[in-house]
This record gives sequence, structure tokens and C-alpha cells, in this order.
Amino acid sequence: MSEAVLEINDLSLAFPISRSLADWVAGRPGKVVRALNGVSLQLQKGETLGVVGESGCGKSTLARCIVRLYEPTSGSVRHHGQDIFDASVRGDRAYNRRVQMMFQDPFSSLNPRMTTGQILSEALRVHEMRSEDQIPERVAELLDLVRLPQDAAEKLPHEFSGGQRQRIAIARALAVEPEILIADELVSALDVSVQAQVVNLLLELQERLGLTVLFVAHDLRLVRHVSNRVAVIYLGRIVEIGDSETLFSSPSHPYSQALLSAAPSMDPDDKGQKVKLEGELPSPLNVPTGCAFHQRCRFADTRCHSESPSLRPLEGRGEVACHHVEKILHNA
Amino acid sequence: MEQTPILEVEGLCTTFGRGGQTLPALRDVSFTVGEGEVLGLVGESGSGKSVTLRSVLGLARRYGEVTGSVRWQGQELITKSERDLRPIRGRDIAMIFQEPMTSLNPLLTVGQQLVETLQAHTDLSRKARRDRAIEMLDLVGIPAAASRLTDYPHQFSGGMRQRVMIAIALAASPKLLLADEPTTALDVTIQAQILDLILRLSSDMKMGVIMVTHDLGVVAQTCDRVAVMYAGRIVEQGPVRQVLRDPHHAYTVGLMQSVPEGVAPRTQLYSIPGTPPSLAHLPPGCAFAPRCAASTEACLATRPALLRVSEDRQLACFNPKNQTKGCAA
Repeated sequence: MSEAVLEINDLSLAFPISRSLADWVAGRPGKVVRALNGVSLQLQKGETLGVVGESGCGKSTLARCIVRLYEPTSGSVRHHGQDIFDASVRGDRAYNRRVQMMFQDPFSSLNPRMTTGQILSEALRVHEMRSEDQIPERVAELLDLVRLPQDAAEKLPHEFSGGQRQRIAIARALAVEPEILIADELVSALDVSVQAQVVNLLLELQERLGLTVLFVAHDLRLVRHVSNRVAVIYLGRIVEIGDSETLFSSPSHPYSQALLSAAPSMDPDDKGQKVKLEGELPSPLNVPTGCAFHQRCRFADTRCHSESPSLRPLEGRGEVACHHVEKILHNA
Repeated sequence: MEQTPILEVEGLCTTFGRGGQTLPALRDVSFTVGEGEVLGLVGESGSGKSVTLRSVLGLARRYGEVTGSVRWQGQELITKSERDLRPIRGRDIAMIFQEPMTSLNPLLTVGQQLVETLQAHTDLSRKARRDRAIEMLDLVGIPAAASRLTDYPHQFSGGMRQRVMIAIALAASPKLLLADEPTTALDVTIQAQILDLILRLSSDMKMGVIMVTHDLGVVAQTCDRVAVMYAGRIVEQGPVRQVLRDPHHAYTVGLMQSVPEGVAPRTQLYSIPGTPPSLAHLPPGCAFAPRCAASTEACLATRPALLRVSEDRQLACFNPKNQTKGCAA
């Protein structure tokens, strides 16, 4: 087992929403959006961990917690054993440098008034990566790394296509020589053929620079392609985590089964034995008691209504949070 | 199964002008849709998929010049005035727009928006309209439909709003549905529900559907026929099984290979070299030739016409893949 570079322990995050007048009059407490409900996972050095789930399940919130854009309500994130929300580490920029995030929308994540050269050199300057006179050289090196032409340094973001902008975002993240990359829907806004180019670049750079990647995406085919391990999230909880190929070829949790079978196959005759999911993700304002999935689950019984299942390892598979997983797999 | 086409599009050209420059968004697009048939339109962004739908419905002519012929059950739509188009739009041909977040009026309740369509296109009484509105919401799978009529769009989630859009589009029982990326903004689980719904209605109501999408998986699962678009033209067209099993055009081959399915994990994915051409500087020959591995001088000089290659397949390519196996793509 390789070393864990990032350890997330029982991470929870609730966003309070302002108390309405009616609540105030009735003396009810304000409502909270429970975005993360006890997420625990470890990121191993050099691996790609895919995170999948429906929108609103907390994928992006998790990514943002890891880069300290949000502060969790409880739980901890440890980077090489050091709690990143610890007051003494809080003001320290070293962590920010080592964990870099790349965002979904390439049209809003780059400053439209800064040239590519300025965007890249700002990152270098802030973290004092290079002395002033070495910066142009490093910018040229970075452009080369993400295969953008050298004259790109003089151009503004609007002169680039979506795929090229995501390359700039990758270059910006790599400028500060990070250890961990957080890719939040990095290629979701791109066409398939451009997606392929950016994913290829990411895989190649990861190999070359020994990066650890957290790959958040809703495109299941893509996650399967890039990940070593995959975590399936439902309403702010991990319901299954394990080796990517095992999980995709034979998912264990009823939610993973339904989610993975919903992806349309490229084969017209493969209509599949679809496990259809009824209804939608419950609101995180009102997380169901017990197993959060019980309302949409075919196998739910009274125990699922009251008792929340915890993640436990399964023979030959990853870890699954379901009371009845053995029975389900046995009958399948 | 032999069908009489309800929609026949022939030689459709749409050109947008900008500061003296002309941008040919659609060039000579021809296809037909039969009763109860689902036609898929695929291609990268900017290939003209959405413009095709808008041109059919007469929405593109406000911004550009539309020529060619769009025959709806024998009637020519291109030359019709806005006034004459009104009874056809919404009643015979309905459209679902891509973004459920912006295509509903935020100031009207969902019920008002549904009833509005019914008022315009049917002779139902007030009471019957309300009943029909509830029936439609129920049909598209919105729980507690009657109580949600008075809700505003912001009270619905993305998937629910898309269902409302579909309910509005289907309220007047159209014979043709134009669906512009109906599920792109949605999760796969909701996508599966919505596609099921459209397919079920298409077969129950004998409704033709044009499904615009960039997801080949969606095409494989829902469409009867598929047309692949590149730079404003249809480059390959045929029954979905034949096209996806044995694509002839190098662009179709490239699109299919870029999808990470059946590829060894964590290996390099295929990507089509180069970028799509700008509409302002289209090459004189085949628009795909600069990116094509099998292109010859003929491809660069003259544009291949869309020709019938077998009984129900059409192709615009001089060097189809099955003849250049091994070197193309």
C-alpha cells in the first residue's frame, strides 16, 4: 500500500440558509443544507480517484473543501498528517501551492483582462517559485508542457477555444509544481474530441510529474477511463468506493448499480437490463433518516429507514455502505 | 418499415451575415422524418445542429437568410408568413429547448404556461384546459401534479423544469417534436427517465422526433436513423445500427473513437487532429479534409456531394473508410 497524501476523515459541511420570517415567528430553527454528511477517504500518492454522483450530491463541495475554499462544519482533512484547517496552518500558503484546483467553466475561470503570460506569471510570483528574471522562461516552459504555441503568452483568454482555455487552466495549476490536482468537471464543457485531447494531456502529465489527481465528473465513461479508484457519492455520503474496473464492471451498492446502468451504451442493441431509478435526489435541506437512499431503493426495509449504514469492506470488492449488500449480490 | 415522411427538408441553407461577412451556418441540408420516427442529429458544437431545428421552425430567419425547402405534410414552410406559421408552431411542430433554466418564463406559474399553449392551440374549455395541464404534468412524471400547477419555475429542479418544458411542448399533441439537446444539462439517471418518456410518447402518439445531441450513447439508445453534421453539412446519414456499427465517413469514425468506451483504461484516447474550420474561412473542398488522414487532392479541391451509397445510407466522402481501411483514422 502506498502512502496516503491526503486523509479525509468524517468530513461534514452544512450551509445555513437565512431563517425566514415565518420560521422566526414560529420559533423554528433556521434550515441547513447538509452538503457533506461524513465523508471519509484517502488519496494515495500517484493515483487518480474519480468522484461520481448526481448533481447536488456534494461532489464539488468536497473538492472545494479540499482546497480550503469552504471550511467544514466537522471532520478533518489531513495532508501528510497535518490538519489543513488547523489555525496555525490556516494562514500558510504552502498548502495552497501543493494542492491546486482546476475549474469546470473555462469561460469564467480565467481573468478576461489578463494575458496568458500574466495569468501564469502571477501564480509564479505569488508563490515565489522563480526569481523575476526567470519567470518568462518558466512561462515558455509551461506553455510547452500543455502544448500551446509560444505566442499564446501575449494573448487574452477570449482568443482561445474552450479546449485551449482548459490547457491554460492546467498550466496555471502546474505552474506552482503541485502535488495534488483537483479537477472539478475539467472537461465537461468540451466536445468529445476536444475532451479526448485534454484528458490525454492530463494522463500524460500525471505520469510524467507523478501527480495525484482527484477527478470529479459526471461523465461515467470518462471517469472509468481516467481513474484508478472511484468513489460514488449520494447526498453527501460515499456509498461505494473501490477499484475503478471492479466498480464499473460489477457495482455492489444498489445506487451505483442504478447510476452506472443509466449511462447510455454506444451499442444500439444493448438496451441493457436497466435498473431504473425512480424520482430524483432528495433535497439536501431534508436528508432522509437512515440510509439516505432508502426512498429510491428497491431493497429497502425498515432497518434502512432508521439505521444509517457505514462503509465496510467487501470480499473482492471495495467498500460499500449498505445493510443488504450481501443479499443483493447473492440474489443477482 | 416504409413510412411516408411528414417532414421533408431539401437543400436547406442558412446564412448569417456579420459586418459584410457571410457565415454559412447550414449548407445544403436535406433529410426526412417519418411518422413515429426518431432522427438523431449529431456533431460538435458549431456544426449547425441547433440552427437546423431553428431553420425548420422559421426561428432562424429573423437573424439570417434561410433558403431551400421545408415541406411539412406537403406545405412549404420557408415561404410562409409568421402569421401563417403560428398555427403550425406549437400545435403540429413543437420544440424543446436546450436550457430548462432559461426557457421557461420565471414570472408565470407553470400552470399558466401550460394553459397558455392549450388556449392558443386547442378549443378546450377553461376547465378542460386545467385538467389537460394536470394530465400532462402527470404524464411527464411530476409528482402531485395538481398542486404544482401554481408553482413558479424556480421551485422546480433542473430535471423537473425540463419535464415541464416537455409537458408544454407535448400539450397540444404535436406530430413532430424538435428536441434540442433535451438532456444535456441533466444527470444520467434523469436523462434515462426523460429519454424513456420521449420514446414512449413517440411510439404511443406516432410522433416524429428530431433529437439533437452530441452524445453518441443517446443516439444509439433512442434513434432510428442518424445524421452526422460537420461544418453545416450532413456528411453521413443512415439507420442508427448501420452507421454506428460500420461508420463510413472519417469524421464519424473519429467521433466514435474519441468516446472512451471499450478502450483500455488510462491509455491515450483517440482525438481527431486539428480543430473545426471557422465558418468564415471554409475550405473549398471537403470541410473535413484538413483533419482527415485519408484526404487526397480531390478532397481539398472539390466538395464531395451527399450521395446514396446503399438503399438507405447517404455519404459525402470520396474515400470512405471501408475502402481505405488501415490508413483512415
